[in-house]
Amino acid sequence: MSINTKIIGRSVPRIDGRDKVTGAAKYTGDIKFPNMLFGKILTSPHAHARIISIDTSAAEALPGVKAVITHKDVPDIKYGISPARWDENIFCIDKVRFVGDKVAAVACTDEETCYKALKLIKVEYEVLPAVLDFRKAMDAGMPQVHDEYPKNINVEIHQEFGDIEKAFKEAHLVRTDAFLGNRAYQSPIEPHSATSLWDGDKLTVYSSTQSPHYFQYYIAREFGMDMGNVRVVKPYVGGGFGGKMEPTGLEFAGAVLAKLTGRPVRMFFDRHEMFAHNRGRHAQYMEITTGVTKDGKILGAHSNFMMDGGAYTSLGIATAYYAGALLPLTYEFDHYKFDLFRLYTNLPACGAQRGHGAPQPKYAFESHLDNVATELGIDPMDIRILNARRPETVTPNDFAIHSCELTQCLTRARIISNWDAKKKEGGMPKGHGIGVSTGSFVSGAGYPIYRTDLPHSAVVIKVNEDGTSATLYTGAPDIGQGSDTVLCQMAAEAMGFHYEKMKIIAADTETCPMDLGAYASRLTLMTGAACKSAGEEIKKSLLEMASSMLHLPPDDLECEDAIIYSKSRDGKALTFQEVARKHFVLKGPLIGKGSYNPPKLGGKFKGSPVGTSPAYSFGVQVGEVKIDEETGEIEAVGFWDVHDCGTVVNPRLLHGQVHGALSMGMGESVWEEVLFDDEGRIKNPDLANYRILTALDMPPVESEIVESYEDIAPWGVKEIGEGSTNPTMGCFSNAIYDAMGVRVYSLPLSYEKVWRALKEKREREHGGKE
Amino acid sequence: MNTIQDKEGVKRYMLSLTVNGDPHTVVVKANTTLSQVLRNELALTGTKQGCELGDCGSCTVLMDGKPVNSCMVLALEAEGREVTTIEGVAEGAKLSDLQESFVNHGAVQCGYCSPGMVLSAKALLARNPHPSELEVREAISGNLCRCTGYVHIVEAILAVSEGRTTPPEEANAGGEA
Repeated sequence: MSINTKIIGRSVPRIDGRDKVTGAAKYTGDIKFPNMLFGKILTSPHAHARIISIDTSAAEALPGVKAVITHKDVPDIKYGISPARWDENIFCIDKVRFVGDKVAAVACTDEETCYKALKLIKVEYEVLPAVLDFRKAMDAGMPQVHDEYPKNINVEIHQEFGDIEKAFKEAHLVRTDAFLGNRAYQSPIEPHSATSLWDGDKLTVYSSTQSPHYFQYYIAREFGMDMGNVRVVKPYVGGGFGGKMEPTGLEFAGAVLAKLTGRPVRMFFDRHEMFAHNRGRHAQYMEITTGVTKDGKILGAHSNFMMDGGAYTSLGIATAYYAGALLPLTYEFDHYKFDLFRLYTNLPACGAQRGHGAPQPKYAFESHLDNVATELGIDPMDIRILNARRPETVTPNDFAIHSCELTQCLTRARIISNWDAKKKEGGMPKGHGIGVSTGSFVSGAGYPIYRTDLPHSAVVIKVNEDGTSATLYTGAPDIGQGSDTVLCQMAAEAMGFHYEKMKIIAADTETCPMDLGAYASRLTLMTGAACKSAGEEIKKSLLEMASSMLHLPPDDLECEDAIIYSKSRDGKALTFQEVARKHFVLKGPLIGKGSYNPPKLGGKFKGSPVGTSPAYSFGVQVGEVKIDEETGEIEAVGFWDVHDCGTVVNPRLLHGQVHGALSMGMGESVWEEVLFDDEGRIKNPDLANYRILTALDMPPVESEIVESYEDIAPWGVKEIGEGSTNPTMGCFSNAIYDAMGVRVYSLPLSYEKVWRALKEKREREHGGKE
Repeated sequence: MNTIQDKEGVKRYMLSLTVNGDPHTVVVKANTTLSQVLRNELALTGTKQGCELGDCGSCTVLMDGKPVNSCMVLALEAEGREVTTIEGVAEGAKLSDLQESFVNHGAVQCGYCSPGMVLSAKALLARNPHPSELEVREAISGNLCRCTGYVHIVEAILAVSEGRTTPPEEANAGGEA
């Protein structure tokens, strides 16, 4: 279905583009207040240790130090982002649980004094044995990370839908493969920071956050304050990717230090501290078994996973459920079993990273599916087309799928990548290989992170008194993905106004209606729906006003391009501006309100809410790689991404999301991995040794979308930002296999691992040594 | 260079430099970096700090026209030099062609790398007005971007080298030409 829109579908330039290319854009760390202090957090040097004593006297005596705080100075209420497990304290009380765990904080007149003061805090520790390998965390005799959670089990999941035994019994082939994932880190370019200041009983926190609302909720809860007395403001944010979803010690410690000193306090992480705070991708051990018919039809699948959670829960309960819950999205089968343990270790806590729990399981499943296809002698593209999900179906775990153009995406990817020609004998140069993988993701989570009946998104649009502009007020945080721009496009579309005349005030809990935040790829659909309602309310008020001015019935009138005209009579027209002005004069402010609550979604079993969404995106990636047989070096020759993301609001921004997701996915596929020494210290906590893509590494990419319309969403929109990360790792794995006939069973698929796999293959083929 | 000593005996230096055409004199310590002077003393916060280790390139500024990581340059090395920061790229209210092109091509997402990226590109086009795509990629390879995959950034820079600031097509919902 194609729709007739004026602004939706246009690549308008970003509303914040000018600010960002001139240096005018202020990020949290750029904001300065008179009399402001600087604060830093002291962290643990040990992976696991008992705190015997803390002596802050020498630090307090240093000139320029204004306050030093430890657990004694802050509430001892445990917090977290996931109410299922609140297991963090602002500062450690009896034990530290990873290298980087928070112990104390200082506020000083300048940054340099902060570092000197931290060195003067004396903490006596009794070092304890640590859990560093999640795969051994449940073993007998392992140390306990948290006394409350026996065998270091943070969460365990056992779900079965249909009858997996029966499916495997009826299958022509039952195959199991096991894969190991990597710890990846979001690595936004902007480090986290937060500046706290008090005005009487009211606390204001400027923070580089993806969710002002959750920050407000958790800060208020921790300090026993009314939410109305906590204002969280998001200035420009330099990327989040899931790592800025939950309040850190920066907000909590900063608030306490600001209260104690009576001065604004800016707290900040350096790059090393960002890696230590983490909340990045969980490393997962993934065993996948499927039963298929002779033709390659999947009858059932069993996912058996373990996850390295790190020392705390963070968003990990949701991650754990997502890991298995999203797997049945792209392929249709009736029988599904999902088992998982998320384990505590004495390493930095893992959380939600772009694609949440899904990308690593997707790597495992897509690699496994190619193994199955090879065993059956079926083309990898054909086995995916055979099993591809169709529209208006339900997954075995009760997710209702409406629009779904996965088959079209596969068919199109096959054509634009020249798949069939390349798969023929001699279709590609020596050393080249081509792989395909699919992905799908939620367009917003069906349920909020903590239980509440508040709407997920709400907005207000206020038309300026003289009708020459309109301002959108929304709690939705633009963290770089472009929500300020697309939401203004959607608001203007609904009003019949001009995008160029839109202003926006966003992500400030005091001036804007609430929004849950930038996560689960939710803003375009959910906040977009609120913008549509608010814009339509404005249009309705305008048409009523115009009706009395033109003496025509309101339903004979329409507003487009800021012109209100009669649908039946030529020549009868007024401008948006004059009608809006008249409205203000006669009826007061011209305001539209909108809010969005998803419909009731999902099944009735334990964990059923995770993975529910009003709508799901679908996508396919094909990648061509070239492998250097001598060195194992992987060169990405070309990538093709074809997506079903419903109606596209802003094509240029959309393709930018695909490119960015691909670059992050490629980094995680080939290079990215946070490494630890045998005492739990990070070996590569910087951007020289934790290698993200440079401009020289990015392969040529063709990004296409297929025609699709989601009935349940405003203007038929769906998500793009997170889902595009899901296929990439599987795509690389399969392309490498196609090129060399070797499968690398662990991420990252590094040059070294490819080289070793090739060496082993040669040894096998030559019956022993080379 | 004039120096004074504080109570602890730490020396301070009186540093004179030109930033975006304006003469400035500031007092710094020997270990003060250029990025600290720009951000803290001169309030030019368009110069970003991403890693303070010279890895990410967010703090890129031009010193006598050459791109440098200002977190890796001691302030004292800037004595008598001409420094250009992102605040000095536009001509008054008019964006430079590069800035205009970045906005029009969607080369900006979170924007944290954008100031450094624009300055590296400006230096490239000044020494090589018609670079190849590979030369563009090399010139910005010290500026890390986590959002864009660099695709639109490279397009934006190449467009300026061809005398354009807008994409050749104005894309409709559909394929990206």
